[in-house]
Amino acid sequence: MLSFVLRRLLSSIPVLILVSLMTFALIWLVPGDPASVFLDASATPEQIENLRRQLGLDQPIWSQMLSWYERVLSGDLGQSILLRRSVADAILERLPITLSLAALALFFAVLFGILLGSLAAVNHQRWGDQSIMAIALLGLSIPDFWLGLVLIVVFAVQLGWLPSGGYVPITEDFVGWARSMALPAFTLTVTQIGFIARMTRSAMLDVLRQDYVRTADAKGLSHSFVVLRHALPNALVPILTVTGVIAGGLLGGAVVVEQVFFLPGLGRLIIGAILSRDFPVIQGGLLMLAVIYLVINLIVDLLYALIDPRVRYG
Amino acid sequence: MADGRLNAVEGLAPHANRLRTLLVRLVANRSIALGGGLVAIITLLAVFAPLVAPYDPLESNFRARLLPPSAEHWFGTDHFGRDVLSRVIYGGRLSLEIGFLVVLATGIFGTLIGGCAGYFRALDNPVMRLMDAWMAFPAILLAIAVSATLGASVTNVVIALSLATTPHTARIVRASVLVVREMEYVEAARALGARDMRILFVHVLLNSIAPLIVRLTYVFAIAILAEAVLSYIGVGPPPPAPSFGNIIANGRDFMVEAPWVTIFPGVAIFVVVLGLNLLGDGLRDVLDPRMRVER
Amino acid sequence: MTGVPLSQKPPLLTVEALSTATGPARRRLTILEDVSFTVSPGEVIGIVGESGSGKSMLALTLMNLLPRSIVRTAGTVRLGETVLTNLSNKAWRDRRGRDMAMIFQEPMTSLNPVMRIGQQIEEVLVRRRRMTGREANREAVRLLERVEISSPAERLRAYPHELSGGMRQRVMIAIALAANARILIADEPTTALDVTIQAQILDLLRQLQADMGMALILITHDLGVVAEMAHRVMVLYAGRVAELAPVDSIFDDPRHPYTKALLASIPTIESRRERLTTIDGSVPTVGAMPPGCRFASRCPVARAVCKTLAPPVMPIAEDHGVACMEPFGYALPSSADLPGAA
Repeated sequence: MLSFVLRRLLSSIPVLILVSLMTFALIWLVPGDPASVFLDASATPEQIENLRRQLGLDQPIWSQMLSWYERVLSGDLGQSILLRRSVADAILERLPITLSLAALALFFAVLFGILLGSLAAVNHQRWGDQSIMAIALLGLSIPDFWLGLVLIVVFAVQLGWLPSGGYVPITEDFVGWARSMALPAFTLTVTQIGFIARMTRSAMLDVLRQDYVRTADAKGLSHSFVVLRHALPNALVPILTVTGVIAGGLLGGAVVVEQVFFLPGLGRLIIGAILSRDFPVIQGGLLMLAVIYLVINLIVDLLYALIDPRVRYG
Repeated sequence: MADGRLNAVEGLAPHANRLRTLLVRLVANRSIALGGGLVAIITLLAVFAPLVAPYDPLESNFRARLLPPSAEHWFGTDHFGRDVLSRVIYGGRLSLEIGFLVVLATGIFGTLIGGCAGYFRALDNPVMRLMDAWMAFPAILLAIAVSATLGASVTNVVIALSLATTPHTARIVRASVLVVREMEYVEAARALGARDMRILFVHVLLNSIAPLIVRLTYVFAIAILAEAVLSYIGVGPPPPAPSFGNIIANGRDFMVEAPWVTIFPGVAIFVVVLGLNLLGDGLRDVLDPRMRVER
Repeated sequence: MTGVPLSQKPPLLTVEALSTATGPARRRLTILEDVSFTVSPGEVIGIVGESGSGKSMLALTLMNLLPRSIVRTAGTVRLGETVLTNLSNKAWRDRRGRDMAMIFQEPMTSLNPVMRIGQQIEEVLVRRRRMTGREANREAVRLLERVEISSPAERLRAYPHELSGGMRQRVMIAIALAANARILIADEPTTALDVTIQAQILDLLRQLQADMGMALILITHDLGVVAEMAHRVMVLYAGRVAELAPVDSIFDDPRHPYTKALLASIPTIESRRERLTTIDGSVPTVGAMPPGCRFASRCPVARAVCKTLAPPVMPIAEDHGVACMEPFGYALPSSADLPGAA
């Protein structure tokens, strides 16, 4: 088990290096000079030159890269041009909002996705299966930001049950936090649940056909016990895989949903930075999200080993 | 025993016959019929937008601002008095055009990257690690960043979305190339001395096309959804040309007094994406029943 | 095998006119047709047939483990006084793992790969026999000893992939024993194993059967196995019973031409694992059952009447039934029920 963990950790290093390299390279996508793109046309050549120096653009590329790595490894993501503060601080301040939104949505999507997918598989080709799959497909086809807008109109404006946006820190007021997160988390869950439900269904259909499920049935164990104790753990590996895959979609979705509900999370920070071309924040934010994604997938892989002894020893 | 024989016979069946059975199964599939039907109708509406749309989508009429749906304006009007139905039809035209171009670009680049990684052993590891790193960035954020950085234009939106959908596509192509590469007829072609590139294209890609078609159908759906997000955030195709996303973005501020401006384009996106997803599901069931439900 | 059929005792399991079919209601395809037999307490009955003869389907029908696509269309299964076929699915399920247990052909895939061996045995003891965890653990160790697995306490902590095929089949047998069943159904328990392991597993099964006095329904395509193990033999062909007789009668005085052909095709000892494929032609497939006797097209003694009339199993000796008209001079006994040419 330990060697599996070590091997998995080692294998994520090259990806991490590539990820940071790509974040670094993002600035080179900008047509022309990033400094003059950030400042408007009225900027003096001197101002532009100052900014170039601040961004390190006056250095040769290899030295820029070196100092970028040096800084990133020591936890320094640079200074925001716009906010005039440390990028790392700005990110850390916003991160809990994005993470809690994504975690809530992931939790509910996995919970109900597995539940719905299992129900569909057990009722294969009956109306229950077909209606659950239809719902999953509808969820996959709804534009998330639009769903958010509609929910705001219905639940915040018309019914007045929930706030239309904004954020209440959990440390201040738990109920307020829950109310502020309810609609965003629901929006995000609805658009991600279909992936999990569909994968659960197909994995469960696969597993329910296996010989060992028949063995369990032959033991006379109750049907629900056979499904939950024997079939589901075996279906979890592909379900986890798709969970890892949607983690990216989930983080992206969180960014969009934050935008709709005016949640001051990492997503709003990055999009604001993108729109104002605040490159250090864009780079730092993207790097942060990519690292979160990689960590989620690392956890997923470690969970494989926890679930399936063949992975552990293999 | 009986199965083995049956398969052998099927394997020997002439191409035309297999094609016909495939066509029959495609036509008989309910998802394909429904999804394909939806997509076909919407495509026709988009192509013939100038003939179908009752009004000019850009013509504002300040005496007809924010009118609710009526016989004259089926989907109502927006805050410039523009006909929402006409805007949705033209928006669909733009969204479908972008989606189609993204499918084309992703298809070409995904196939090239995935095909090379799958076929040339030496390239496999470095290329796939690069794809892994690429996929670590949330696709939608990558698209927003690229589109914003390059500047808002239809071309840049297509580039941004293609960049976001290519790595996963490459991974799918690579996976099926890996399977096909080891099959006997590829070995045979290699033994006969066919050059590497010819083997790659003629044999391997032709036979790994089923999962690619399925994936590209989903890419179309993803592109439509993502384009709407880009427009909504303001880094999509530049106004005043209507796209699904920017109609919604315009309607957002009037959502309470004139919800129709927001509702109808959203429903339109939903219907297009639903149609594409249904089509993708059906194609997957017919072409490649073993493929999983991820996209 | 020396044992005398124990047919004097009341039967433990009675199967009457059992039929199963697949496909939509309008176009039902028959799989098993009109299968009847009994099993006495402590008896070993061998069920023999080629692949496609429906012998595995029969086993699954008795356990009510048929896949949803296959349904029982007629007939009854009685266990002692209980008519299993009248029970709800739930009540029949409750009989499994208590009165009846089953082991399967593929030990490699029949154990849950993500559960320890111990859990898979103990859950039967705990959930079906109401033992405490500690009792179950002790009993599981005893059961592994019973199936001759060395260092059982350690093995309980192993996962299936850490065991060989033979070991896994022993674990499957231990699971079956855990149920304390009166009937054990073994569906080709050794087909997937190496020859040397096959012999060991069969020895083990025979010994356990004799010690515990449970009835054994042994399904196999291997007449050699049947000769060694069974008291009585039922020969299935294309979903119908061809012949049912004590093991000595089957080998010394087979009456059905199919049984005769099977016996003639027994390979030598060295190559006993070979499948029975030396009879010309093949078993008709489910969708293409001929009217009349299903063996007629391959039968060396078939006459015109065989293509139109399907004979039921008719007694030719006290404990010997045969579904063929040839021993009766191609005339059906007048009292016999004729399921005519459908």
